[in-house]
Amino acid sequence: MMSHEAFVFLSYGASAVTLAGLLAAILLDGRARRRELAELEAQGVRRRSKPAGGAS
Amino acid sequence: MSDTTISQGWFTSLANPTRFLALSGRLLPYLATAAVLSLLIGLFMSFAAPEDYQQGITVRIMFIHVPAAWLAMMCYSVMAIASIGTLVWRHPLADVAAKTALPIGAAFTFLSLLTGSLWGRPMWGTWWVWDARLTSVFVLFLMYLGLMALHKAMDDPARAARPAAVLTLVGFINIPIIKFSVDWWNTLHQPASVIRLDGPTIHPSMLYPLLVMALAYTLIFFTLHLMAMRNEILRRRVQTMRRQAAQAIGGGA
Repeated sequence: MMSHEAFVFLSYGASAVTLAGLLAAILLDGRARRRELAELEAQGVRRRSKPAGGAS
Repeated sequence: MSDTTISQGWFTSLANPTRFLALSGRLLPYLATAAVLSLLIGLFMSFAAPEDYQQGITVRIMFIHVPAAWLAMMCYSVMAIASIGTLVWRHPLADVAAKTALPIGAAFTFLSLLTGSLWGRPMWGTWWVWDARLTSVFVLFLMYLGLMALHKAMDDPARAARPAAVLTLVGFINIPIIKFSVDWWNTLHQPASVIRLDGPTIHPSMLYPLLVMALAYTLIFFTLHLMAMRNEILRRRVQTMRRQAAQAIGGGA
């Protein structure tokens, strides 16, 4: 049987790992999407709705 | 111009994805800072709070278990409101909001189940029982996973939006069931002790850390949700640009 401290430690540890993992996944996803957009724009692909010379 | 026109105009401009990206980009640093600060204060208060006379140190699990469970339900409620936006106004940003809340809601539901289990073992003598509260939260977790699978199954987000919105609204029936399960059925899980008609029954020394942690989890949710919504807008933008590029090549051939 684990000590009560171990149950508390595991609960806080698992919460920290899960939330940090979620944050990391969202940050990596954002970085990948911005890279894709930059690549497309470098290839000269433009959004139809984007105003000429305007930042999106 | 009437007040209604002004508010509709403001709301419509906010719902414009490009305007949303600009506004959320400005808001995010403040939201993230508030989330981190409240989390640090909440954690300090959680470990400074006295131990329970019966539960001892394990009562500290409450400060992360209860906010995770609240957020699991709040996230689904946000998705249900967004789903109404998808079905009534057919606005793509509403679908973006509902879709991107899914993994965050699933994570909070998973945490509420896991920390509940880790709290139940030393206090109840069991990791799990199929009582109404635990089972209905487990069903909520399955609904999050099912909706994520539905979005994964369709390449075109516009096609997935409406069935996902309908399914989300049908599944919303589970939220009041979770909330009132401890009153309607005889459960091992304790009844509500904070959100009650006659006021909280927890001593302020434990109630305040709990409320600060709940605020921290709420701010974490909105920070992550805004970030995920921004990613999804960019993902759809990339998809559209690729389609346009492919059409241009096809048209030129």
